[in-house]
Amino acid sequence: MFEMPSGAEIQSIISILKGGAGFFVPEIYLSALFMVLIILDLVTGRKNARFLAAVTIAGLVGSLYYIFKQQAMPDTEFFFGMYALDRFGIFFKYFFVASGILAVLLTVIDDQLKKHESGMGEYYALLVAMVVGMMMMASSTDLLMMFLAMELVSLSAYAMTGYLKRDPRSSEAALKYLVYGAVSSGMLLYGFSLLYGMTAQTNLTRIAMVLAAHGYDPLVMIMAVLLIMAGLGYKMGAVPFHFWSPDVYEGAPTPVTAYLSVGSKAAGFAMLMRFFFVAVPHGMDMYVSPLHIDWLMILMLVSAASMIYGNVVAIWQKNVKRLLAYSSIAHAGYLLLGIITMDQLGTQSVLVYLASYLLMNYGAFYVVILIANRTGSENLDDYRGLGKKMPLAGAALTVFLISLVGLPPTFGFIGKLMIFSALLSKGSLFMWLALIGILTSVISLYYYMLIPLNMYLRESERPEEGVVETGMGAKLVTATLMILTLYFGLFFQPIANYAKYSSVLFGAFLN
Amino acid sequence: MLSLIVFLPIIAGLIILAVPSSQKQIIRIVSLLAALGQGVLAVLIWRQYDPTMAGIVAASGGSPFGSFQMIEKIPWISLDLGSFGPLNIEYFLGVDGISITMVLLTALISAIGVLSSWTIQKQVKGYFILYNLLATAMMGCFVALDFFLFYVFWELMLLPMYFLIGIWGGPNREYAAIKFFLYTLFGSVFMLLVMIGLYFSVIDPLTGHHTFSLVAMADQANYIKGAILGPDSVTWRYAAFIVLFVGFAIKVPMFPFHTWLPDAHVEAPTPISVILAGVLLKLGTYGMMRINFPLFPEVFQAGMYVIGVFGAINIIYGAFCALAQQDLKKMVAYSSISHMGYVLLGLAAANSEGMLGALYQMFNHGTITAMLFLLVGVIYDRAHSRQIDKFGGLASYMPVYTGFVTVAWFASLGLPGLSGFISEAFVFVGAFREEVTRPIAIVSVLGIVFGAAYLLWSLQRMFLGKRKPDALYDLEVDAHGHEHIHFHDWKGKLDLDARELTMLIPLGIIVIALGIYPMPVMGLLTTSINKLVQVLAPVAMSAVH
Repeated sequence: MFEMPSGAEIQSIISILKGGAGFFVPEIYLSALFMVLIILDLVTGRKNARFLAAVTIAGLVGSLYYIFKQQAMPDTEFFFGMYALDRFGIFFKYFFVASGILAVLLTVIDDQLKKHESGMGEYYALLVAMVVGMMMMASSTDLLMMFLAMELVSLSAYAMTGYLKRDPRSSEAALKYLVYGAVSSGMLLYGFSLLYGMTAQTNLTRIAMVLAAHGYDPLVMIMAVLLIMAGLGYKMGAVPFHFWSPDVYEGAPTPVTAYLSVGSKAAGFAMLMRFFFVAVPHGMDMYVSPLHIDWLMILMLVSAASMIYGNVVAIWQKNVKRLLAYSSIAHAGYLLLGIITMDQLGTQSVLVYLASYLLMNYGAFYVVILIANRTGSENLDDYRGLGKKMPLAGAALTVFLISLVGLPPTFGFIGKLMIFSALLSKGSLFMWLALIGILTSVISLYYYMLIPLNMYLRESERPEEGVVETGMGAKLVTATLMILTLYFGLFFQPIANYAKYSSVLFGAFLN
Repeated sequence: MLSLIVFLPIIAGLIILAVPSSQKQIIRIVSLLAALGQGVLAVLIWRQYDPTMAGIVAASGGSPFGSFQMIEKIPWISLDLGSFGPLNIEYFLGVDGISITMVLLTALISAIGVLSSWTIQKQVKGYFILYNLLATAMMGCFVALDFFLFYVFWELMLLPMYFLIGIWGGPNREYAAIKFFLYTLFGSVFMLLVMIGLYFSVIDPLTGHHTFSLVAMADQANYIKGAILGPDSVTWRYAAFIVLFVGFAIKVPMFPFHTWLPDAHVEAPTPISVILAGVLLKLGTYGMMRINFPLFPEVFQAGMYVIGVFGAINIIYGAFCALAQQDLKKMVAYSSISHMGYVLLGLAAANSEGMLGALYQMFNHGTITAMLFLLVGVIYDRAHSRQIDKFGGLASYMPVYTGFVTVAWFASLGLPGLSGFISEAFVFVGAFREEVTRPIAIVSVLGIVFGAAYLLWSLQRMFLGKRKPDALYDLEVDAHGHEHIHFHDWKGKLDLDARELTMLIPLGIIVIALGIYPMPVMGLLTTSINKLVQVLAPVAMSAVH
C-alpha cells in the first residue's frame, strides 16, 4: 500500500526532523538522562539510591536551562505538525520538571522505598520518562502524538505504582490502574478514530479547520468528544472517570501518589485544554446537536460532579492518602471551572491554580511521608498528638491543608480567587458552578481540618515520647514549601503574570 | 501608624517563635508589651483623629481617598488580566469614625485578653503565637479599606480562633471549634463571590480600572451599568446583599445563625471568650456598616424592616434563652446575642440616633461583655464550675468581686448612669422615630425587662442569701465566730487578686465614665454616622440614578 519514498523525499524528511530537533532539546536531553540513569544503575551496584537521586535532581535542574532557552524561540509547530513549541507548553515543561524534582525529594525521605530490596535504579529512570511523557502530553498537537505521549506517561506510572513488589497493596493498585488505564486508552483511541473519520486529519489545527469548513454530524461529534473525555478524564481523575484513584493513591508508594496526583493530573489538563481549545472550539452555533449538549456542557457537569463527589465522599475517609485522593478529585473539578470559561483569564487561572496545587499537594504529601516514617501508617487516628512531637511538620501540614481549602493568606486561596474571578467575569452565566464551588469548599474545610484536629486537639496514646527529629534536610524542604505557600498567597504577582503570559496556545483563539 | 498597630502583635508572635517554649514568662511579657504598644498607638491615633471628618465614602471633588484619616495606600498586587485591564490590589488602610471606635475597643480588649491569658499553662508558646495572630487579624479588619485586604484579615481570624478554642478549650472543644469554623467560613465564602462580583462592577474614577477599594465601592456613581452588580442588575444586587448580610449576621450572631456562639463561648478559655464577645462579634455589625449597607443602599432600604425584625428576635429570643440557662457563661453568651440585637435594631432604623446608638452599643457591649466574661472566669477558676445554683451568699465572702459583678450586671441590663443605658436609649429613640421600626421597637423593649430578669435573678441566686447546701465551697467558722470560705483546690486569693483587678478596674471605669459622659467616644463617631445615614438615605440614591 505504501510506496517507497524516493531518496529526495527521505532527504527532506530528515532535514525537517533535524530542523524540528532544535525545538525539542529539553525532551531529548531528558531522554538522554533516562538512559544515563539506567546505565548508572547497572554500573554502580545495589546501594546507589542516594547517588541516583542526586543525579536525577541534578539532571532535572539542568533541563531547566534548555527550557529557559526555549523562551526566546517563537511559537511554532514542527515535526510535520505533530508537536508545538509555545508558551503554554513551556509553562508545563517547567511545571513537570518541578514536579519531578519534588517527587525525587519525596522519594529520598520515604522509608518504605528506602528499604526496597531491589534498588531504586528503574524508579528514577521511570520518573524521568514520565516527565518526558508529560511534557509531550502538554505540547502534542496531533492525535497520534497525543496518544503516544499519554501511553508513555501511563506505562511509567503503572510500573511506579507497583514498585513495591512485595507489598500486595502496591501490586493491587498497579493492576487496577493498568486495567482502568487500558480501558480508557481504548476509549480515547475510539474517540480519536471517530474524529479522524469525520475530518481525515490528525493535526488539531487542521481538524478545527475541516470542522469549521465542512461541518459535522453533531451526534457523532458528541460521541467522539465523550469518548475522548473519558480518556482524558481518567488522567485528570475527574468524576465519573475517577474510580481508580482512591485505590491507586492508597496503594501506591506515597511519593508516587503525590507525583500522580499533581504531575499526571496536570498533564491531563494540559492536553484537555489544548485539544478542546484548538481542535473543537466551542460556539459553532450552526451545528448545535439535537440533544443541545456540547463538550462545554459535558465539562460543566463533570466539573460539578467532581467537586460534589470528591468533597462529600472525602468526609468519611480514615486514611489520609485516601482522603487526599478524594480531595484531588475535587480539585480536578475546580480546575475544570477555569477551562469552561474558554478565555484567557480562565486559562491563566488554571495555570495559577496548578502552580498552587503543586506546592500545597506536594507539601501535604511530604509531611504525610514524614509522619508515616514515624508511625508506619497513614491512618487519621495515628496522627493524634503529632502537633507536639513534630512542631514544624505539623504547622506546615496545617498551612498546606488550609491552602487546599483555599483560605487566605495561602497560595491555594489565590488559585480559587482566580478561578472564581474567571467564572464571574462572564457575568451570571456560570454562577451556579461558582456556588457549587464555594459551597463544596466549605465542606472540604471539614475533612481537611480532621488532620489538624487529630494532630493538635487530641492527645496521643503514647504521650511520653518527646519531639521527633526528622533531619535537617527534611526540615528545610518542609519549611521552604510552607514559606512558598504563604509567600505566594500574599505576593502572587510574578506567578500570576507568568501564567497570563503563558496562556497562549498554538493555534487557539481565546478571547 | 496604622500598619504598626496592625502588625505589632504579629511581630511579637515572630519574636515568641524564637523564644524557647520553657521561657513562659518571657513569652507572656512580649505579648503584653505588644498589646500595650497597641494601646499606646491607639491612644495616639485617637489624639490625632479629627472628628469633624466623615469618612465612609470618597467626598465628591475632594480628596480621592474620601475623608479618611491616617491613610496608608501602596500598590500591593498589580496583574494584567487581559480584557479586564489590570487587577489592582492595594494595601489600603485608613480610619473614620466607625473604625476608630473599633480600633480603640480592639486595642483595649486585646491587652485585657493578654492579662487574662496569664493563667494559661498548657503550651504557652503556641497559645501566644496564635493569640497575636488573631490580634493582628482583628485590628487589620477594622482598618482595611480594600475589600481584598479586608477579606484576607477576615479569614485570617478563623484558624487561630479554631485552635484557641480547640486546644485550650473545655471538654467539648472539638465540636465547638469546628462548628465555629464551619459556620463562619460558610458565611465568608459567599463574601468571596460578592467581592469578585463587585470588582467587576466597580470602576475607580481615579484610575479608570476595576478596583477592590471599599471607598470607591461605597459611591454608587462608580458602578458600571450592565455589570453583574451594576445599578441595573437588581436581582444580583439583592442576592449579593443577602449573602453578604448572612455572612456578617453569622458573625454577629443573628438568629437563626447564632447556635455556634453558646458552644464556642462555653468551651473557649476565658481570654478567648473575652476576645470573641468583645471584638469578634463587632466585626459582623462593623462589616454591615462598612460594606454591606453602603454598597447596596437601595437593598438596605428595602430590607430595613426585616433586619429590624431579626434584631427584635435576637433581643427577645436571646433574653429568653439566657433566662433558661443554668451555666453562668452560657447565660452571658445568650445575653450577648440579646445585646447584639440592639445593634441590629439601631442599624435598621437607619437614622442618626439609631446608627449612633448601634455603634455606641457595639463599643459598650465590647467593654461590658468583656467584664462579664472575665468575672465568669474568676469564679470558674476558683470553683471549676459555673452552675448558677451551686453558689449562694458569695457577697459576704467576696465583696470586691460582688461589687464588680454588680457594676457589670447593671451595665448590661442598661441601668441609667452606666454606659449600656445610653446606647440602648439611643437605639430605642432611633427605632421609635421611624414609622417602620416603631412597632419593632415597642416589642423589643420587652427585651430589657427579660434582660433585667435573668441578670437580677442570677445575681440573687449566686451572691445573695446563704450558702446553698450543695455549694461548691466549704464554710468554716473560726474561734471568733467569723465565717470563712474556701474553694476545694484554690490556693490563690479568695477575692479578686491584683491581676484580676488590673483587668477589671479599667473596664469598670470606662463603663461608668462613658455612662455619665459619653462624649469621648460619641464625639468621634457622630460625623461619620451622619454621613453614613446620608449615604443610605433614599434621597442620596435617587440623586445618583
